[in-house]
Amino acid sequence: MNDENAVMSTADRLIYMANQIARNVAVMGQDEAAAMVEDHIRSFWDPMMRRQIVALAAERPDALSPIAAAAVGRIAVHCR
Amino acid sequence: MTFTRETDHGTPPAIATGKSVTLTIDGAQVTMPEGTSIMRAASLTGCSIPKLCATDNVESFGSCRLCLVEVEGRAGYPASCTTPVADGMIVRTQTERLKQLRRGVMELYISDHPLDCLTCPANGDCELQEQAGAVGLREVRYGYDGATNMGQAKDQSNPYFDFDPSKCIVCSRCVRACDEVQGTFALTIEGRGFDSKVSPSQGQDFLSSECVSCGACVQACPTATLTEKKVVEIGTPDRAVVTTCAYCGVGCTFRAEMRGEELVRMVPWKEGKANRGHSCVKGRFAWGYAQHQDRILKPMIRSSVTEPWREVSWDEAIAYTASEFRRIQAQYGARSVGGITSSRCTNEETFLVQKLIRQGFGNNNVDTCARVCHSPTGYGLKTTFGTSAGTQDFDSVMKSDVILVIGANPTDGHPVFGSRMKQRLRQGAKLIVIDPRRIDLVKSPHIEAAHHLPLRPGTNVAMMTALAHVIVTEKLYDEAFIRERCDWDEFEDWAAFVSQPSRSPEAVEPLTGVKAQDARAAARLYATGGNGAIYYGLGVTEHSQGSSTVMAIANLAMATGNVGREGVGVNPLRGQNNVQGSCDMGSFPHEFSGYRHVSDDAVRGLFERKWGVTLDAEPGLRIPNMLDAATEGSFKGLFIQGEDILQSDPNTHHVAAGLAAMECVVVQDLFLNETANYAHIFLPGSTFLEKDGTFTNAERRIQMVRKVMAPLNGYADWEIVQLVAQAVGLDWSYTHPSEIMDEIAELTPTFAGVHYARLEAEGSLQWPANEAAPHGTPTMHIDGFVRGKGKFVVTDYVPTDEKTGPRFPLLLTTGRILSHYNVGAQTRRTANTAWHPEDRLEIHPADAENRGIKDGDWVALRSRAGETALRALITERVAPGVVYTTFHHPDTQANVITTDYSDWATNCPEYKVTAVQVALSNGPSHWQEGYAEHSRLSRRIVPLEAAE
Repeated sequence: MNDENAVMSTADRLIYMANQIARNVAVMGQDEAAAMVEDHIRSFWDPMMRRQIVALAAERPDALSPIAAAAVGRIAVHCR
Repeated sequence: MTFTRETDHGTPPAIATGKSVTLTIDGAQVTMPEGTSIMRAASLTGCSIPKLCATDNVESFGSCRLCLVEVEGRAGYPASCTTPVADGMIVRTQTERLKQLRRGVMELYISDHPLDCLTCPANGDCELQEQAGAVGLREVRYGYDGATNMGQAKDQSNPYFDFDPSKCIVCSRCVRACDEVQGTFALTIEGRGFDSKVSPSQGQDFLSSECVSCGACVQACPTATLTEKKVVEIGTPDRAVVTTCAYCGVGCTFRAEMRGEELVRMVPWKEGKANRGHSCVKGRFAWGYAQHQDRILKPMIRSSVTEPWREVSWDEAIAYTASEFRRIQAQYGARSVGGITSSRCTNEETFLVQKLIRQGFGNNNVDTCARVCHSPTGYGLKTTFGTSAGTQDFDSVMKSDVILVIGANPTDGHPVFGSRMKQRLRQGAKLIVIDPRRIDLVKSPHIEAAHHLPLRPGTNVAMMTALAHVIVTEKLYDEAFIRERCDWDEFEDWAAFVSQPSRSPEAVEPLTGVKAQDARAAARLYATGGNGAIYYGLGVTEHSQGSSTVMAIANLAMATGNVGREGVGVNPLRGQNNVQGSCDMGSFPHEFSGYRHVSDDAVRGLFERKWGVTLDAEPGLRIPNMLDAATEGSFKGLFIQGEDILQSDPNTHHVAAGLAAMECVVVQDLFLNETANYAHIFLPGSTFLEKDGTFTNAERRIQMVRKVMAPLNGYADWEIVQLVAQAVGLDWSYTHPSEIMDEIAELTPTFAGVHYARLEAEGSLQWPANEAAPHGTPTMHIDGFVRGKGKFVVTDYVPTDEKTGPRFPLLLTTGRILSHYNVGAQTRRTANTAWHPEDRLEIHPADAENRGIKDGDWVALRSRAGETALRALITERVAPGVVYTTFHHPDTQANVITTDYSDWATNCPEYKVTAVQVALSNGPSHWQEGYAEHSRLSRRIVPLEAAE
């Protein structure tokens, strides 16, 4: 975070949220954490947000952390 | 209920020893608990002993000498209030000698008391008058020509009650109530002998003294010395209705004492199990907003927020609401609309709003203001314990030996419970406070925290893990409890994590700013000091790691065996009156009532069969997601009942942009709040005095709200929601809120035994209340956790992304003050503004000096999200580097400053950590001036007559 005014687009916010969940459960280890993030997003994100994060993962592959990317990848399978 | 005064047994119940004694009072043999006073024993058997200085909410004092009795075999005439019953004792309360003595005592009192009974506001409601009659006083032989204390000036400084020292009999009931019940010690008896008089603080008037205006002294006063201004203005009440306060999550019950349709006063109900006869300045006095001239009583609509409001009939407003929501759904899809339920409204009203969204609009886009306060409690306690609620009742604190308060300020935010906690602390319980601010509990009269850990905002998880590190590495945990009640493998994983050297108090000291030895001592005290109870508030939840901290707290309680009995537990102090209830009622977008996920086919099927529709199995949008979707163009209609998200939610610019992007915003409220500046339809709401229903407080206690007057707007809020539901084609036909509760009970296992008849019979019920627990559940998880085995969760410290830096070097944390409530919509429309007319910025003297700021100066407060201006209050309550303000005044709009950062699991905003800069300013910012003009234009109203 720099000292510029924080204006986050919805897309940036969704990516931030997925990465934030991943950071908070990363201590569980890659596989368990990815499963946890997947379950969390399925349980608490509405379908449109899930579709958006799947699309964003495809558009901006470097934006998600490895754990978040793994979780979103699993969600993407079910979004097809 | 017609008007009768509550029975006063003169002295409190004895401390339970399990033993009883048998004695004779006026010829009747009675058996009483050991330690009971003769006065109380006599009262309980229907024999009333005259009294003045005794009342049953304070300890006996024995000063008035009116309650003298004869005890066979004992010399003299002991005071019945201070003499405990004994086995075989023979007591006489009515003899000729006693009558003579009492009459003599009363004669002395009356010789120094004005005889203006007919014009006295307490006429007919005065214990002195009543007792003078009871002892048969017919003359005062001393005359009235000598020195008296009459003719003294009244102190009318307090906005709610007058102090007339001329009528004072110096019984000390007010002083003792302030000491024992409230715990403020603001009153004293000044002077000696004949010159003795009641004095607030150091001879100050009430308003400028330390008095917190809780009303305990007024309630205790046996004369007209301390009298509510409303009684002076209206007269004494002629009926009383027991109901529940609509302010904080303590849920105090009151007698609404009425004269006809007019509310004269709210008197705390002694039978109330949440408040035990006590009150605070808000519930006791600050109800004038209910009749305030700002209340909107007619529905209004407008097609654009730039137009003035147009008053319309209820029929037109309801039809327009329904047609707009149907139009939007037809145009943009089923998920383009949603609703927000209110934690200020009743359970029944909340249930109906979420039902309207789910059944009527066919989606789960419903959320509640708990999103911005205790949603992490829901997540954290459900994950670890299995249910989303505190574990104890309030009485439990009286059996605690160590009380750990983290991120809460009970004496301001939950004052009646704060007073109970202080009672226990004065009895000797130890206190640990973990808070960046030096809150009043840290040191106040007769109370001093054993440990205050003044951590840096945002480091809760590191702090709690450091405490766990000490408990595990020093083997202070309760292995037997953990093996029996929790998953041992999960404990071992957690224990290994917290034992890492990097988690130790020494390692995290640079992060938290808390000295390692203090953290170690606090951890040892909590683990080994006996019954350990944790109380927490929004200083825990409103962080980017709010849910993690809740789970860290639960871990600590499980590790030390402090769950499942009285005196211990994990206790979230809920902010608003019905936060617990609104969450219980299915207000979150992912779950139905009773915290059951919408994807659960069996649960959804239950609701589908009852409601006759197919329900959405997908979670809906949370409030911030709704606002995001609105700015993206996919979310267009929002029904908001009793919430003011523009003022209460973070990053005001973001909220305003979201609301402005919607095509139909409905606000159902008492006043044109800040959110209504962006609304198209305004449906006037009703106050808690104008409707029936229930609230559920922070201890899961479901209590009755009873209508004491007709709704000024014409409808109770549940009726308005029903009209909307009917207009969108639903076949709702509730005739009373009890029928809504019956439906809740049918659909919600934890409420299965909750019906109005049961609530009337029991007074209140703490859920779960069902076949397994017909009288409710004061203490949870007694024989096992709701989820089976308690779950230890590893909670890694992940620093917030909101960082201080060269441009924003200070950390802002926000909170509340005793005299105001939430966004202040209610309390700003009462005389409570006498104590807090504006939000102020608390800043440490060193930070102020560096910036050339003097106390009272206007300062600009800037963050990455926005800027506002307010006046400075220089104080050492905040640490260097930390500033603090409240959010009660829309002129300040503290949430212009707060950011979009939120809890990782629930999106609860991070109100408690915002990097800011503070600098001298000339006055309100451009934004504030612009917003004031915007509000003025938004609130223009074209009356109904002119509109037609």
